Order: sequence, then C-alpha cells, then structure tokens
Amino acid sequence: MLKADEKLPAKRLGWRWLLFLPYIGLLFPSFYARETPTLFSFPFFYWYQFLWVPLTALLVGLVYWRNR
Amino acid sequence: MPPHPIDAQALTVFLIVSLAIAAIGFFSAKWKRGNLGVLDEWGLAGRQFGTLITWFLIGGDFYTAYTIIAVPALVFGVGALGFFALPYTIIVYPFVFATMPRLWAVSQRHGYVTPADFVKGRYGSRTLATVVAFTGIMAILPYIALQLVGMQSILDQVGLSENTPLLHNLPITIAFLILAFFTYSSGLRAPAMIAVAKDLLIYIVVIACIIILPIELGGFAHIFHIASSTWSSSGGAASMILKPKDFTAYSSLALGSALAAFMYPHTITSVLASKSGQVIRRNAALLPAYTLLLGLIALLGIMGVAAGLHPASTSQVVPELLSRYFPSWFAGLSFAAIVIAALVPAAIMSIAAANLYTRNFYREFLRPNATPAQESSAAKNASIFVQIGALIFVFLASHTFIINLQLLGGIWILQTLPAIVFGLWKRCFHHHSLLLGWGVGIVVGTSMAAVLRLHSSVYTVHMHGFTLSLYAGIWSLAANLLVTAGSSYGFDRWGKARRQDATVDEDYLMLEKQPIERTG
Repeated sequence: MLKADEKLPAKRLGWRWLLFLPYIGLLFPSFYARETPTLFSFPFFYWYQFLWVPLTALLVGLVYWRNR
Repeated sequence: MPPHPIDAQALTVFLIVSLAIAAIGFFSAKWKRGNLGVLDEWGLAGRQFGTLITWFLIGGDFYTAYTIIAVPALVFGVGALGFFALPYTIIVYPFVFATMPRLWAVSQRHGYVTPADFVKGRYGSRTLATVVAFTGIMAILPYIALQLVGMQSILDQVGLSENTPLLHNLPITIAFLILAFFTYSSGLRAPAMIAVAKDLLIYIVVIACIIILPIELGGFAHIFHIASSTWSSSGGAASMILKPKDFTAYSSLALGSALAAFMYPHTITSVLASKSGQVIRRNAALLPAYTLLLGLIALLGIMGVAAGLHPASTSQVVPELLSRYFPSWFAGLSFAAIVIAALVPAAIMSIAAANLYTRNFYREFLRPNATPAQESSAAKNASIFVQIGALIFVFLASHTFIINLQLLGGIWILQTLPAIVFGLWKRCFHHHSLLLGWGVGIVVGTSMAAVLRLHSSVYTVHMHGFTLSLYAGIWSLAANLLVTAGSSYGFDRWGKARRQDATVDEDYLMLEKQPIERTG
C-alpha cells in the first residue's frame, strides 16, 4: 500500500522546502522589473520570468522524485 | 461591429476542423466505457485518467479560449502589468503539488465528487457545505459565459456573425447545442478526449505564431523597441517594464489568482478524475509546459502593439494578428482551435456545476435517498440547464458585464479556500468561524469591487499616510482568515461543540485507490 510522504523520514521531507523557491523568485518584482541585461533581445523582466517556468518544473519534479 | 468579409477558404477549414473535433465528443462515451448512469462515471469519468490524459484535461480546463484571447488583450492594453498571468501560472503548481493529492485521496476514499462534499464530511456542517457549493456555482456561471464571449470574438473574425441579431447569435447557438449534446451523452469523457485534439492544435498555432510573427515584424529586438516607444509616447498607464507603483498589485494578482485557480469546481473536477495521487503530483511538474505556451501567447499582445494594430476591442488583437499575417487556411485552423478551446472548459465547467447541484442541493435537500441512477440523470439535466442559462446570459448581458462578473467570481471563490485547504491537514477552524470568515470575505471583496466599479480588481488602502495596493481577492482573503482564526478560538472557548469528522488522518495520505467508505 502506497502512502504519502508523512511516513517518510524527515530527511526526505526536507526536499519540500524547495517548493517555496518559485514564490520567493517571483513575488518580489522589485528584483526583476528591469530592462537589462537582455537575453536574445528579451528584456530581463521577460526572460527572467520565463526562466522560472522550466526551473519550477524541475524543482517540483525533484521533490516528486525524492519523495517517491 | 463592422462586418468582416467572409473568407471562403478560412471558413471551410474552420468548419471542417470544428465539426471533426466535435464528432470526437459524441464517440467518447464508448472510451474506457463505464456505466454512465452513475455520477462517478458521468461526472468524474470513473476516476481513472492517467498522467497523459490528466495533463491534457487540466491543460484544456485551466488554459481556456478566453485566456488565449484575454491575456494578449490585457498585455496589449496595459503592458507589463498584464504579464502577471505568467508568475500566476508558475506558482500555482507547487500549491497543486502540496494540496491536490490530499483532496484526491480523501475524496476517493469517501466517494466525494465535489469540494463541498469534502467540506461536509470534514466539518459535519451542512450549512458550510451548501455555502461552498453555492459559491462554486456563482463563480462558475460567468466563467462559462466568458468562454462564449471568447468564442464570439472568433466567430466575428471568421465573418460568421452577421449584423442582424438573429444571424449574429445563430453560430454561437449551434456551437452550444453541440456542446450540450455531447456533455449530456458522454459526461467528462467528452472534454477529456476533445482536449487532446484541441491542445495539439493550439500548440501548433502558438509555435507557428512565435516563429512567423517575429520574422514578419522584424525580430524581437525591433518588436520590444517599437512597443516600448509606443507605450512611453502614449503617456498612458501601459509600460514595457513593470513600474514600481504596480509591484504589489502585480504580485498580489499573481498570488491571489494562483490560490483561486484550484478552488474552482471545474479544476477540482479534473483533479478528482485522475486515477492516483501520483498522477496529480507528476502533473504538477509537467503542466508548466502549458505555462510556457501561455507566456508565448502573452507576447502576442506586445507583437500586436509592434504591428500597430488598432482593434475596435482589445479582444480582437489575436484574431487580427492571425488574419493579417497568416494564409487564410491557417487562420481558419487557428480559429477552430480557439473555438474548441472554449468548448472543452465550458463542458468541464458545466459538468462541475451539475455535480455541485446534484450532490449538494438535489441529494442534500430534494431527494436524500436518490439512487445512483437518479443522481446521474439529475446531473445530466442540470448540465443542460446550466448551459442554456449561460447562453441566455451571453445574449442578454453585455460582454463587459460578464467579464466583471467573472472577476468578482475569482474573489468569491477565494473565500472557500480556508474551508477547503486548511481542512486538508487539520481541523484548525470551527465550522461556525469558517462560515463567519466566508461572509466577511465575501462582503469585503464585493464592496471593494463595487467601489472600484469593477473597472479594476486592485484596491488601494490608505492608512496614516501609508498606502498599499493589492488584489481585492487578497484583501478579502486576509480579512476572511483573520476573522476565521480569531472567532474559531472564541467558538471553542464558549463551548460551541464541533461536529463529527467523517474522515481520519490516514484518508489524506493514500496515493493509490482505496476501498470506498460510504458516509453521509
């Protein structure tokens, strides 16, 4: 019978803190509301937020994998 | 509106693709066949969708036709502020990962079909469950109508809508008859199967846009340059980089929308239809692929500015870009994709509303001993009723009114979060205080929206020379939580007894299907 991670050792649960990173990275626009440095002629404001899409997918994937 | 010339080629492709995809809906009743005379089968497709189908289903449900039209329209109108849709659809997934497998587990174990079913089992309060169900229905009706608004803006562009009222409403009525018919006959299986075809089409369209439009418009550097200078010379509120005064509005809109997204009954319906908690967790990692798509769609708003479009309404930005820069067969294909992208969520939404009606009103108040067959037929009829209601609503109300009402719906649905989400871990709150908090949240949110005359959802609070602008949904959720937490202590203290909890801790932890325990 497969159960969720409440039954897993605390060490593994620690990976869940990674899930907070996207909130820290994105909920403070004062960090990223700027034009430079540009990437492929995208202003920083745009490419930085786009970058968080694969990054969040990876983080969630990592937590899934560690808590399997 | 100005009549558009009918482009025969675009129209032909549009009609063929739309009808072919609609046909899938009719045949999907036979797919993974179950007894459609049971609500679990009609309304949740037997809780058996794997990772891939769930990915398409939630993708089709969450990223709607209205999104494809409205996000670029907003960016076209206000610039960077409209881009909050991107952080919103990113930060929603860690939340989904943490909460939705628990909701799935407890719902599967106890046979819950709606979030209100869960609230009733957890808190034992019929009043609280009814309030959650009622909020869900009120929030979802304008959302269904909004899908029709998105569809209408496409039909206008194809030239299918004529100026006489009768002919103007005919195409949308036909589209809706098709929708009503396949929802009735196939239940949730229909939108799940159509979603696969629809999403593949949308991916093709968006990727083509993102390759071809920059070439036509002289490259991204040029696009950003023109958009930036157009916005700064117009002297309006729009800008290419977010202005400091909009920082708090931007992040609170992103956070509030992310918290609201999976409180809506239709997204919860898609979640509950999956076959295991692991499927949901995997999807929390895989669904950001749609977010990438949404970000690219948002860029179309900037491209619209760079292309120097002057549409009568901003919702025409995407359709105009498509007709101006693409061969007409491709424009026809894209329009069909967007119309189908309206049908999928509209179908899921009406199924979700029907589930709520059946479980939390019909069985709760009208016929407590309803057999599974009676339940299923009540839901089928309710779905037709909901869809006709939405259609009439679109005919009678102005599009602005529907958009505003949907905005209010987002604020309302957020007020069900304390009852649904906190209850997934602990019964920290008393059911009376959850009701009280809900009431306060609804009043605060609605009056803020009324003061803003629904032109905006960002409310500024001035206090002792200190000002803070936040999404009204966040203000009202904060008020709600404050009252809920504060009064909960009071109710327990004054000896108001808590009700029986039908669930146990173990119920929330299972990642695979368990034998069902019938309660209530």
